Parts: sequence; structure tokens; C-alpha cells
Amino acid sequence: MLDKSIIRKLEKIVGRENMTTEKSDLICYAFDATQQRFLPDVALYPQSAAEISDILKLANAEKIPVVPRGSGSGFSGGSLPTMGGIALVLRRMDKILEIDEENMLAVVEPGVVTEVFQQAVEARGLFYPPDPASLKFSSLGGNVAECAGGPRCVKYGVTRDYILGLEVVTPQGDIIHTGGRTMKGVVGYDLTRLMVGSEGTLGVVTKIIIKLLPLPAAKKTMLVVFDSIRGASQAVSDIILGRIIPTTLEFMDSTSIDVVRNATNLSIPERARAILIIEVDGDEELLEKQAERILEIVAPFGVVETRVAKDKAESDDIWKLRRSISPSLRQVNPNKFNEDICVPRSKIPDMILELERISREVGVPIINFGHAGDGNIHVNVMVDLAEEGMQEKVDRALEEIFRATLKLGGTISGEHGIGTTKAPYLGMELNDPTIQYMWIIKKALDPNNILNPGKIFGFSGNE
Amino acid sequence: MAELKKQPELKDYAEQIKQCVKCGTCHAYCPIFDQERKEPLVARGKVALAQSLLNKETEIDARFMENLSKCLLCGSCSDKCPNLVPVEEIVAASRREIARRKGLSLFGFGLSTTLKHPRLMKLMARMGNLFSWLVFRKVPEKSGLRLRFPAPYIRGDRTIPKVAPRFLRDAHPEFIPGEPGKPTVAFFTGCMANFMYPHIGDAAIDALKLLGMNIRIPQNQGCCGVPALSSGDGATVDELTKRNFDAFAAVDADYIVTVCASCNFGLRTNLGKTGAEGESLAGKVIDIHRFLNEQGIGAKLAALPPREKKVRVTYHDPCHLRNQGITKEPREILRALPGVDFVEMRNADQCCGLGGTFSVYHYDMSVKIGAKKAAAIRDSGTEVVATACPGCMMQLLDSINHAGLAHRVCHVLELVAAELPPANQK
Repeated sequence: MLDKSIIRKLEKIVGRENMTTEKSDLICYAFDATQQRFLPDVALYPQSAAEISDILKLANAEKIPVVPRGSGSGFSGGSLPTMGGIALVLRRMDKILEIDEENMLAVVEPGVVTEVFQQAVEARGLFYPPDPASLKFSSLGGNVAECAGGPRCVKYGVTRDYILGLEVVTPQGDIIHTGGRTMKGVVGYDLTRLMVGSEGTLGVVTKIIIKLLPLPAAKKTMLVVFDSIRGASQAVSDIILGRIIPTTLEFMDSTSIDVVRNATNLSIPERARAILIIEVDGDEELLEKQAERILEIVAPFGVVETRVAKDKAESDDIWKLRRSISPSLRQVNPNKFNEDICVPRSKIPDMILELERISREVGVPIINFGHAGDGNIHVNVMVDLAEEGMQEKVDRALEEIFRATLKLGGTISGEHGIGTTKAPYLGMELNDPTIQYMWIIKKALDPNNILNPGKIFGFSGNE
Repeated sequence: MAELKKQPELKDYAEQIKQCVKCGTCHAYCPIFDQERKEPLVARGKVALAQSLLNKETEIDARFMENLSKCLLCGSCSDKCPNLVPVEEIVAASRREIARRKGLSLFGFGLSTTLKHPRLMKLMARMGNLFSWLVFRKVPEKSGLRLRFPAPYIRGDRTIPKVAPRFLRDAHPEFIPGEPGKPTVAFFTGCMANFMYPHIGDAAIDALKLLGMNIRIPQNQGCCGVPALSSGDGATVDELTKRNFDAFAAVDADYIVTVCASCNFGLRTNLGKTGAEGESLAGKVIDIHRFLNEQGIGAKLAALPPREKKVRVTYHDPCHLRNQGITKEPREILRALPGVDFVEMRNADQCCGLGGTFSVYHYDMSVKIGAKKAAAIRDSGTEVVATACPGCMMQLLDSINHAGLAHRVCHVLELVAAELPPANQK
């Protein structure tokens, strides 16, 4: 519980209507998409960097935890108030401040929803590629904090590749500016990159300068069914070796094909063991050729069937198949452990074999799909936690999955972040000096450890 | 007489509540969240509140009631929910739980944000009182309309339809014979078409006659129960459902058609929860646009004489039809009309902001949601906005008046009836 005098001071900063200490409100700021729950002591809806600066100055002086929150849709616990304190809700700071067509950039507040922003720039023939699955509700501030990815990243890169500059309120309440409005800029440290993906532990982003691209004229969607995952993986390698980078290169393994077999009206052949969804974009005339070339390349690898979407409706049907996986997973079991490991893309076949082995040995269903083009696999361990001893099995499976990932030269999180859920595994990937180096940065910038404490480094990080 | 099961309790939804994984998809579809962007006002927040109530982690205080009251029961969220969580049912069950513990009037009392604005309250009491008692003198005690417009809450600048001089069910016999061999259709009129917009019912009867249907209009049918459901009044829902069950089980029709999207939702889901007999009756409930399409009204309309002058018409999707996937049928009917030039508007599928009792207690927010709709209507460049729900009609008219537009608001069926040859009309 926060002291009454502190509540009064916060009230003075944001105004009574922009804060709440009612339990029936705080319950709704206790969760994110990880299904963990931690009640904050107060939720604030600040409207400006100046207000956030005052909040952080107060919190720093009084040593109150502050947890920035966008849409609260993260998969790693980044926006959970694990130690109570202030839930700093930024979703209401959601103005698109500027779209600069001449310089192909935009300036936005952190609460703007990803898809709302994409539609606004696309209306002017511009393009913001990062497309996390949650783009209909995730906020750009959250995307920046977690360095969100998505299917299109195989060709276009991730959030960090589009952030030119930031306005940030530091843990001590100063307002700083990183980067700027130019494509080039080497003055001082690259603080923009330090902030992107820092999971709200180093500062609160209040303004984002975003680089834009010209909107591709057209795109073409293909669905290719293979009789083995090995064939599909080899096809991915050969597409890349053929010097073609598709916009998206998504795969579904046989376990995920099984769960969506009846979810759409697309008929899937019995022999299907893997599916690739391939999309190319660019000028209309080039697309036809590119699509043909891709189908030529993949032909030798056990292709059972190919479909090339003739129009948007057919393309939507294909994507519906891919998007039906997540909702259909609960047919398998009620509890989902959703990991987002990433391996060098040539290692995907090896990783899939490893996942099959782990599934068999530990005795838990593991369903895999995701971004084959960049090696980012969504690994879903589906279990019923009500079964005795299941949590131990899950823990074992996850640890083995991470171990296998790292052995193949991969990383334990491609786009979800560490937060609380992966904090126990941080030491598996990073050696002690590396973690220390990061922790020194955190301590120097946030000596009282008020900003999103307990994240990335785990609870031990607060000692 | 059949023994009917009562409305489920909140604890009966424990499993479905657990299915909400708090992914946040509902953010993108909730009309209220779109306005306020506060987590307690969106589906996953309300599900979290329902869960904490079940787990006895929270008390029913004023804020709890207020948060639960801010839901349109439009089903936009559950329609798009990846885990198919029936949010509107959970919210309705939570409201019943509140009413059970705190009493019904207290619920209405506690959730009313308007009570916090004394100036507004005064104005409303003055205008509302004067207005509503005049209007509702003739409306029966148990009608949902009384819940829709409780006396002190109606603001003076709100457009409310007048009570009709002649009620729909009084003007038609209980049985209108059709052509031999044709199906028998029971007509569930709903309160608004019966008391306020009887010409919609007249139009429905004309359209059914055109197809040669045998029509039954049970006199003793009642309100569908949506307003009672919306205010957490479980006992009234049960009572109304029983009444409708008896009225419609007795006529043994092949279909039960509705002209109001919300009535369709209410009648179907309420009957569906009463046991096997109720479920089979619920299975007969069908929206009239879908029914007319299935029965081939398209060909009949196509055969109508061409019109020189066409009216530009756009269509608003009522939530309770959209959620059943009924979006094409009303549009097909409009497109088939010789006198109509159909124009699609922006965000036609977004809620109008009425939401049963919601707009009574949260009129300010309802007006804001309606303003977005009015802007889309204005930009569509049409003269008429048609819809398939009298509730939406009322809200659309109010929104249009606030926006200063001159559009005519009507039911799709009114446009159909207007083009039928005189022989088909009375």
C-alpha cells in the first residue's frame, strides 16, 4: 500500500480522473498475456512526458516500483507489476503526431496501436513492416520495449530496424532524446538501440520517430504442402540460396496441421507433413516471375500440392489457416507454454527433430509453427496442468528445448522478450560477465531499481 | 406445462472464465474500449473481475458495479475471441450475481454514473419524468421498454420514438392463412415493433404474405428478455422466457421469425438455456432477412417493376445479427430492390452504441459511440440508413439528430414493403 501523501502527490501530477486506486480497477491492470497476476497499488494514465517525468522523480525519491504498460499483451511478463507500485498505463497517449511524407518518417506517442498506425501510413502509400501477431491491439511503445517482430521480418527486419529516435523519460525523471530524424547519425552512443528491447527497465518511451518505406504495389500468397518437414526445411534453404527473400516464409509442422485440418474450408491432403506459406511483394509484373521461380525451386522436395492465391479472398483463406493454429491449440490440452526460440534458419530441420525427440522423451505434446524464413519457431508445449507431476514435465521440456536451441547456435527468445517468464533461463544463453555488463548499465541508470524491477535479471537482480 | 431451467449462475461459467487467457484481442473490437482505452472497460478486464468475484478476492463495491455496467452486450469481443469466451453471457451472469447479492434497484443505483453529476440529474429528472410517464402509461409492466427507459434517466436532448396510437398485435389476427403446402411461420414481434414501430411488423407481414407463408402471431407473447438480462434481473428473464415458451410451443410453427436483432438474440439464447424443449424451440428462431432469403424473396423482388428514381441507401449491421454471420442477407434484399441504390458505408459492422440499458446509464459514452457512426453515415453520401433492428434505429436516429443530419432511418423491411404492389398491402 502506498502512503496517502504519495497518492495525493500523484493525484496532483496527473489529475484525479487520470488515476485509480480502486481494487476493481487494479485487478484489470494485474495481468498480461502470460496469465500471471500481480496487483499494482495504483494505476496512472499520464498524458505527457512532463507528467511522467514528475511521476518518476517522485517514485525515485520514494523508491516506488514503476511498471510501464502499453496494451498489456506481452508474452513474457514485461508489463506485470510483480512488486506492486505504479502501473504506468501509456495506452491513452495515442496520438500520431506527424507523418512526414518527404522524409518518409512518422512521429508517434507510445500508445498508438500498431495496426492503426500501419493503416494511417498505408493510406499515404507508405509502409511500416513489423507485424507482430498482436498488431490489432499491441501498442507501438510495447513493440519498441520488446523489439517486436512478425512474419514480414524475414525480408524487412524487426522493430529496431525502423526506430530512428526516441524521447525517453529516465528512471530519475530526466527527459532525454536519442537519435533523430535523419537516416544517418553517429553522435555519441546509440542509445536508441539500447532502449529498443530494454523491456521498460531503462526508461519510459514517450515519443517515437519511425522510419517508413514505400508501400509495395502488390503481393502474392502461395501455399505449398510437403510430405516431410525435412523437405520443407530444405525448400526454405534453397529459396534463400536462390537469392530470393520472400516477404514471409511461414511453416506449420505436422502437429499444427493436424489441429487446423478442420478449422477452415481449405482441404489439406492426408499426406501433408509440413506446410509453407510463402508471400512475395513488389511490382505486379515481377511477382508472377518470382512466384514461378519459387515453385520451381521447391518442386524437388516432396511437394504434395501447391496453391497460388488468385485474389485477396484466396490469400485470406490461406492466412486463415495459419492464424487458426493458436486458437485451435486448446483442442489438444488446456494449458499452453508458448516459447519463441530462434535458430539460424539452416538449423530448422535439426531443431524440429530435437523438438520431436523432446516431445517423445518427456511425454508432452509439442506443436510447432512460425517464421521459417528467419528461424523463429513458435514452440507450444500443450499440457493439462491438473495432471499430477505435469509442471515438472513442462519445466524439463522447456529446459531441454532451450538447451537444444543454444546448441544449434540459436537464442531463447526471438521476439517476446525475457520479462519474468524467461528470466530463470537468462544464464543459459549469456555468460556471467555479459549479464554483469548489462546489470551495471541498469544500476547506473536506475540506482534505486524502481523501473520495472525484477524483469530480465529475475528477482535476484534486486539484491 | 414444461419445467424450464432458470438462467445459469455466474459459477456455472467458471470453466469458460478460465478460457480467457488475457491475450488482448478484445481491445480491437470493443466499442467502449475504443472510447475510453481503460482496461476495466474491455472484455478481458470484466472477465478478470468476474473471476475475482468467483474466487472471493473482491467485494461488490460501487466501482465493481460501474465497471460491469459498462458493457453493451454487443458480443463484438466474443465474436472475435480466439478462445470463444462467451463474454456477454459472463457479464450478464455477473450482473445477476450483483443483483442477487445487492438487490436489483441498488444495482441500477450503484452503476449509474449519471448520479454523480447532480446538474445532469436534475435536468434529466425534469425532462425525463415529464416524458416517460406520459409515454409509458400504455406500456405493460413487464415490457422491456420500461427497463430501457426508466423514469429519471432520460436526458432532454435524447430522441425517443413515440408510442404508436395502434399496437401491432392488436391490428392483426392471430392466424393469417397462406398458400397450401407453405411453411407456418410464427412471428415474434418484440416490444419495439409492437408498441413503437408497428409499421415494421406490418411490413414483415406483407413480405411473408408475398411468399405465401401461413402466419401465426400469438397474442400472449412477451418481451424477449434482453433489457432484463442486461440489468441483471434473472427472475424477470425466467418469467418472460416461460411466457414465450408457452406462447410459441402452443402454435407449433416451422419457424419463429424476428424483425429485431436483439430480440432474436434474446429469444434464442434465453429459450436455449431452459432445457431440451426450449432448445428445440430456440432452434426455430430465425432472423426474418435470412428467412426471406432462404425462401427466395430475391426472385420475387427482381420481378418487381423497375423504378426510374432510385434512393441511395446504406446499411448498419446490428451486433446481434453480425455475430451470427447475418450480414449478406439484408444487403442482398436491399440490392434486389428496384428503387434502391445500395452504398456500403465505412465501419458498417461497428456497434451503434445503444446496448440495451447501457445507453440509459452511460448516455454520454453512448453518444460518443453514436457520433462515430453518424460520421460514417454522413460520409457515405446516402439519403437513407437502413438497419435490421428497431433498437439500432432508435439509436441511429438519435445520433443523426445530434450530428444534424437529414437522413431517414428505417428498417430494411419498410423499404421492401414500400415497393410491393398495392394488392399485397392492406
